[in-house]
Amino acid sequence: MNAMDISIAAARAVVIFGLVLSLIPVLIWMERKGAAYIQDRRGPNRAHILGFRLGGLVHMLADALKLLTKEEVTAAGVMKPLVFLAPALAFFAATATVAAVPFSGPISVAGQTLTLEVANMKAGLVYVLAISSLGAYALLLAGVTSQTSYSFLGAMRAASQFISYELALGMAALALFLVAGSLSLTDIAADQGAVLWRWNAFRQPLAFLIFMAALFAEASRLPFDLPEGDSEIVGYHVEYSSMRFAMFFMAEYAHIIVGSAVVAALFFGGWNIPFADQGLIAANAERIAAVAWPIAAVVLMLAGASIAQRFKKRFGDLRDYEPVMIGLPMMIAGVTLAILYAPLGDVILSTRWLPAAVTFVLGFTAVLAKTLLIASVFVWVRWTLPRFRYDQVMAFGWKILLPAGMLNLVVTAAIMLYLG
Amino acid sequence: MAIEYIKLLEERLGDAAVESHSFRGFESAVVRSGAWERALEILKTDGKLNMLTDLCGLDHPGEKDRFEVVAHLYSVEKKKRVRLKTRCPEDDPSISTSTRVYPAADWFEREAFDMYGIRFDGHPNLKRILCHRDFVGHPLRKDYPKEKRQPFSTPDTLMDEMEILDPCDRPIVRSSDRKILDGVTIARSTIARSHDSRFLLNIGPSHPAMHGCFRVLVELDGERIRNAVPEIGYMHRCFEKEAEAHTWHQVIAYTDRLNYVSPIMNNAGYCMAVERLLDIEIPERAKWIRMLACEVSRICDHLVAVGANLVDIGALTNFWYLFNAREQFTDWIEALAGARLTATYTRIGGLSRDIPAGSNAQLRSCIKTMRQAIKDVAAMTKKNRILIDRTHGIGAISEEEAITRGFTGPCLRATGCAYDVRRAHPYYFYDDIEWDVPVGIRGDTYDRIFVRMEEMEQSARIIEQVLERLPEGPIMTSRRDVVLPPPHEVYGSIEGMMQHFKLAMHGIHPPEGEVYSYTEAANGELGFYIVSDGCERPYRARVRAPCFPIYQAFPMLIKGHLVADVVAIMGSLNIIAGELDR
Repeated sequence: MNAMDISIAAARAVVIFGLVLSLIPVLIWMERKGAAYIQDRRGPNRAHILGFRLGGLVHMLADALKLLTKEEVTAAGVMKPLVFLAPALAFFAATATVAAVPFSGPISVAGQTLTLEVANMKAGLVYVLAISSLGAYALLLAGVTSQTSYSFLGAMRAASQFISYELALGMAALALFLVAGSLSLTDIAADQGAVLWRWNAFRQPLAFLIFMAALFAEASRLPFDLPEGDSEIVGYHVEYSSMRFAMFFMAEYAHIIVGSAVVAALFFGGWNIPFADQGLIAANAERIAAVAWPIAAVVLMLAGASIAQRFKKRFGDLRDYEPVMIGLPMMIAGVTLAILYAPLGDVILSTRWLPAAVTFVLGFTAVLAKTLLIASVFVWVRWTLPRFRYDQVMAFGWKILLPAGMLNLVVTAAIMLYLG
Repeated sequence: MAIEYIKLLEERLGDAAVESHSFRGFESAVVRSGAWERALEILKTDGKLNMLTDLCGLDHPGEKDRFEVVAHLYSVEKKKRVRLKTRCPEDDPSISTSTRVYPAADWFEREAFDMYGIRFDGHPNLKRILCHRDFVGHPLRKDYPKEKRQPFSTPDTLMDEMEILDPCDRPIVRSSDRKILDGVTIARSTIARSHDSRFLLNIGPSHPAMHGCFRVLVELDGERIRNAVPEIGYMHRCFEKEAEAHTWHQVIAYTDRLNYVSPIMNNAGYCMAVERLLDIEIPERAKWIRMLACEVSRICDHLVAVGANLVDIGALTNFWYLFNAREQFTDWIEALAGARLTATYTRIGGLSRDIPAGSNAQLRSCIKTMRQAIKDVAAMTKKNRILIDRTHGIGAISEEEAITRGFTGPCLRATGCAYDVRRAHPYYFYDDIEWDVPVGIRGDTYDRIFVRMEEMEQSARIIEQVLERLPEGPIMTSRRDVVLPPPHEVYGSIEGMMQHFKLAMHGIHPPEGEVYSYTEAANGELGFYIVSDGCERPYRARVRAPCFPIYQAFPMLIKGHLVADVVAIMGSLNIIAGELDR
């Protein structure tokens, strides 16, 4: 392993963790806007920086700032290192799982085959299960060290829930291992290919449902948000304030993003685009780029124009000019693209690395789109269903999910044996 | 009306039945204090008066037997009521308890003890209920100064009550995690330190699901409630003491704060009681408008109750659907009364003002929104497996049990008992219009939610019919000893000016007497027991809050269930602190 390899590995790690971190505010925004539209209201749309509201996205920045500057309260008589450790561990467990997730297909650049992933682990699936279950320790620590009856109840709920659902999660994942013959997430994604009905969501529908249900429980999202249970026991983090509390929240959202990315890789073919496999894309890269360029220029111009014409005096401050400030640059960019097409088009379209770039961009976009789509299911479910009760969670995990997972495993194994 | 009960008592008790009288069609019997329990027993077993609706104390300083205990009994089958009274002297203010006959009497007697110092011999737990345990004196005694303040800040441990209650008889598993429990959960709780083998949890007074301010101390076995002790009084504002110190009209503003989710119903209930005392018939239009405002309030109340209950169960979105509708109804109430919450809308003898212009269209659009909201919420909850599993059989109570415990309103109707004051004792024009009384079958949380949902629809039907049939006419009675004369008479005639002066300076003077007036409020039978000595202020204004006996049964309902059920049951009972603590 030379210096080049190490620097590439480090760069990949930084890029991917940066990606997950920057997706957290996006997901929180999705959650708040999604909740708002489900509930017949508008959601966050007031906070702004120099007039830019970005559809409420700036609110997340304001919230982060507020949480950072809030007073941190630590109860007397607690073991402080453990109290500090809990949110850090929660965040670590939620984000570290992403190391095994591929964000693009293999691309050949300068004779090397690269994939946008932190590490192509042979036992990627095992790694995902192992690291994500560390999250239970964070919740336990937070609940028990807070020394409050409520957070203690939350910790107890968290421990029993995580243990119960990890088994189901493992059962569902094992069936995928049988199908793909590998534990690496990259291999499992590659095995599904670009044929829609070969994706595991269709080949292994039962495993998919079990995995999703267990993932909801692992991320402790409604209807499985018993450790938090805000109307009953307020939750394992009742004694946490300020950024330490925010860490738990970020961990929850990170868990959803990473979980969705894992589901995208395991069940929805990862970077694969239906009916357009990597070779096909690479071979037609020039044509794709040649069509995409003018389309992008036209879309930018039209979208910019439609945004800019929404200009209206409403607030009496900079926010009124937001449509213009966003719309005009978009129109200019569109026009520039169109103008540049004539002189630069041929040069760029005939470069050597165009096929790699196009495959990478399309693959990466596919992963991102799938991840966000799956994450939006989390949002949708949260604002639709009531919360389970403790005994229901246990019964559902042990009496339904686990036997179903086992059955699925046995049936899959039998079919694999029969097919040879 | 209920003369048979008086005869029954005279027959069976002989000399111990001292006297009987009737005022405004309500029979009262007075018995000797020694025969109190016996009289109640006769009325319950032979008279079939199966519900103790209210029990309270009364103070007559300077008389030989200073304290009076008044019980209001009701027979759900026969729809008959009777008032039973007894007296006890100041030096030994004690009578025997009625808890053995009517379990619902428990808290009523504690309140009478708290407020008047009347001791009930044989009561299982005669302890202060609304005032703090260190409170000195008895606040509703006439010689207790209204201005006297006694601040307390130490909470009651409630362990004395925990000791005398029977824990839930399910098997309790004591596992090896007991050590963790002892060391970790209870370390900071002074309450639990002395009882360190138990896992105690204070739910409330400050807790997201305790809408208002109540506390219930539960003993847990895992997540299962083994035992529970409720504590109330955190929002006690001395309504009854304040009422005795204000004129008849001023009390109306205080009634807003009873069930603050549907204040107009309290206004109407109180005004109806005073009107009965004065023997006034209010104009027809005023009656129709009161019905209208009350039904709108009922819808508002149920929208809040169901919405909040579903939030407690974790189904947050429903809350917004229901509150969108409530918002529109509240807009109408604002146009009607000038305030969104503290309406103070009715007046003794009528209403403060007529309904706003355009009410017909506005209310019809409100009802449309409400029907859509109910449809949406029903679609999201009615057949939802999680919700069904969480609410079926949870906090269930049988019909007989509910009646003995003094349940009224949606909580009683959820058990299958179709008792609704509007139907059983129609007031205003409730018997002239078409509407149904929805009932449940199991008396559990699910039934309570959906009985409320259906009641909203019935209230909407009533509103539509009222809007169609609303007659023209005055909205205030013409009785000049009650109502201010119109301005032209005040300025233009000497009689008008004198009447205005008399009313403004001295207020109204109802005749001496007592009434118990009851209406169907959002949570059940809202009773006002009002005693007048002929002055400009009530001698006694007792509120029979429907929440009070219902919350009394709360520990019984939650025992054996899980922590998550506590909040679900709590929400479905719709306990309103303002009305509970008064």
